[in-house]
Amino acid sequence: MFGFDEKLRILADAAKYDVSCSSSGGKRKNNGGVGDASASGICHTYTEDGRCVSLLKILMTNYCIYDCSFCVSRRSNDVQRAAFSVKEVVDLTMNFYRRNYIEGLFLSSGIFKSADYTMERLMLVVKKLRTEERFNGYIHLKAIPGASESLLKEAGLYVDRMSVNLEIPTEEGLKLVAPEKDHKSVREPLAIVQNEILNVQQHKKIVKKAPLFVPAGQSTQMVIGATPETDLQIMQTANEFYKDYQLKRVYYSGYIPINATDSSLPQIGTTPPLIRENRLYQTDWLLRFYGFSLNEILNNKHQQLELDIDPKLAWALRNPQFFPIDINSADYSWIIRIPGIGRQSANKIVQARKYGKLKEFQLRKLGIAFNRAKYFMICQDSIVSTGFHYPEQIKKSILEYNPRPKLINSQTQLTLFS
Amino acid sequence: MNYIFDGSYCGYLSCVFEAFERKEFDVIPTTQQLMVANIFSEKREIPSCSMKALRIATGMEKIIGRHNAKLFYHNFLADNSLEWTNGFRLIVELFKSQHLDMQNYGRPDLLRLHQSIKKISRERHRMKAFIRFVKSYNNLYTAIVEPDFNVIPLVIDFFKNRFADQQWLIYDIRRNYGFYYNGRTVQEVSHIHGQDIQDPYCIEVDLDPKEKEFQHLWKTYFKSTTIESRKNLKLHLRHVPKRYWKYLVEKI
Ligand code: SF4
Repeated sequence: MFGFDEKLRILADAAKYDVSCSSSGGKRKNNGGVGDASASGICHTYTEDGRCVSLLKILMTNYCIYDCSFCVSRRSNDVQRAAFSVKEVVDLTMNFYRRNYIEGLFLSSGIFKSADYTMERLMLVVKKLRTEERFNGYIHLKAIPGASESLLKEAGLYVDRMSVNLEIPTEEGLKLVAPEKDHKSVREPLAIVQNEILNVQQHKKIVKKAPLFVPAGQSTQMVIGATPETDLQIMQTANEFYKDYQLKRVYYSGYIPINATDSSLPQIGTTPPLIRENRLYQTDWLLRFYGFSLNEILNNKHQQLELDIDPKLAWALRNPQFFPIDINSADYSWIIRIPGIGRQSANKIVQARKYGKLKEFQLRKLGIAFNRAKYFMICQDSIVSTGFHYPEQIKKSILEYNPRPKLINSQTQLTLFS
Repeated sequence: MNYIFDGSYCGYLSCVFEAFERKEFDVIPTTQQLMVANIFSEKREIPSCSMKALRIATGMEKIIGRHNAKLFYHNFLADNSLEWTNGFRLIVELFKSQHLDMQNYGRPDLLRLHQSIKKISRERHRMKAFIRFVKSYNNLYTAIVEPDFNVIPLVIDFFKNRFADQQWLIYDIRRNYGFYYNGRTVQEVSHIHGQDIQDPYCIEVDLDPKEKEFQHLWKTYFKSTTIESRKNLKLHLRHVPKRYWKYLVEKI
């Protein structure tokens, strides 16, 4: 046996491959107990790999009856195993929370004995936190595929977010690395929870004080680079899941080699595809917040995202017919399509131009990446006849100015296109 | 002309009032400590007057609305004479022309105001994130901080709502004042410690018996949740600048 400290080390280590740490979208208010959910989420610290630490992210146990070859906790892997008791997780969460270390708990688990047995223990933790400790902080719970509808629904009453990981973007890919699993078992719990969310929303229209049910919605995660899917396939799956289950987030997690025996997976020592992962997040953002359709960014002709430039710039270079865009007259929806201009700066531009046409020196100060944007826009004092720049030439000068693609944390949303 | 006030927002607004009284508009609001010593510069001591400050505050709200008036308060918390002066000039203009387009980002002085507010708001957000409470034997949770700007007043409501059922103290040692919550109400406190408290994790005598254990567990967690093969210290440092480390359990 080992001490509690060692147990925490094992069960935090095994949980860290789940990249989601978001604590946003919570709606819980504090009435007399402890905690509330900050609507925008808070990162209390950052790991040395630069990821946001918002939640205490641990597994209930890393014992598992399955053998998914991409996972550290697979039964055939020779690792130390440990399990928390319900009380231990509750105490740890409360003590970390009261010291302002965390926003709440992200609890997941290996499958111990059966899906229902595992789900029940997860449910007991969240129930105890809400009812006995009167804890109103954020809770993200992993739904266990195959768990009964009644357990999922009961857990849903106490948590803010639920998620089920797709793990591998396509069914064929999944069959390669986890023959015991399929996408259907992921869709089931997502559908059950989604239905109940809709039910509760219906109910709310009639009764004002309907109980909360998974108020921060559902999410999923795909592992990138373990299996040979194209970016197009990945984003098609993401798109479909966003639509079918109204997911709040899809996470893309670059595969970190952890299996020395399976030769179909990238070998240990291979660096995780961090840039590709970042490009996928950027695409995800373009689709959800910038009004792009998937077809504009990825299609049968362009099945992979470029690694050396971001997808918005790539789209702009493929579509010179739309440029230059006049900053002083174009719609907001077109200004955000200019490479180097994000949503915040676009907003400022639209506000500021009401008081007079904007000139270059003003734009430079509004937080845009001017050296990138300048090829795609005109402002009040632009010299119009700069001659036509060929896309290849623009790309070259942009890359010369900013030679290495910037690695951006998947969690930092605001700087995605700076 | 330097207007010396006591460093409070009330004093700052009193300066605006006095400026109109005396028709002196080329003013630099500053405090005794911040004033750059210069024997040639003229100065005037401006006493804080809540009546005068209130008149200015309500006047501002009438012209630009509550939300916009608040921006000047946030800019004031920058704790720096240059930002104070920029805000001051804008308030003067606002009264003179009875109008000010706060969203006119094309104007350098307004843009500067917004940038200053953004910095403040970033620091305020950091305080929500980086404050670490240490529990003592009498169930008091204490956090010692040293923010770049005077932002603690902006996070008190946040902590009051969140930790409603526990007693806590948040103390700004740079400015030597803080806020104490007794489980019901918040009180401002100042000069409670001698000048010698520099390290919040040094006050060991009266800690809760499990405090050290939880600090240790948090460090263990922090280490275990890092993914070695993704290590990126540059990014880490950008998010957690070194100057905050001495208050973060996981970084000491
Ligand atoms: S079921 Fe989950 S924990 Fe178990 S091996 Fe598969 S991915 Fe890992």
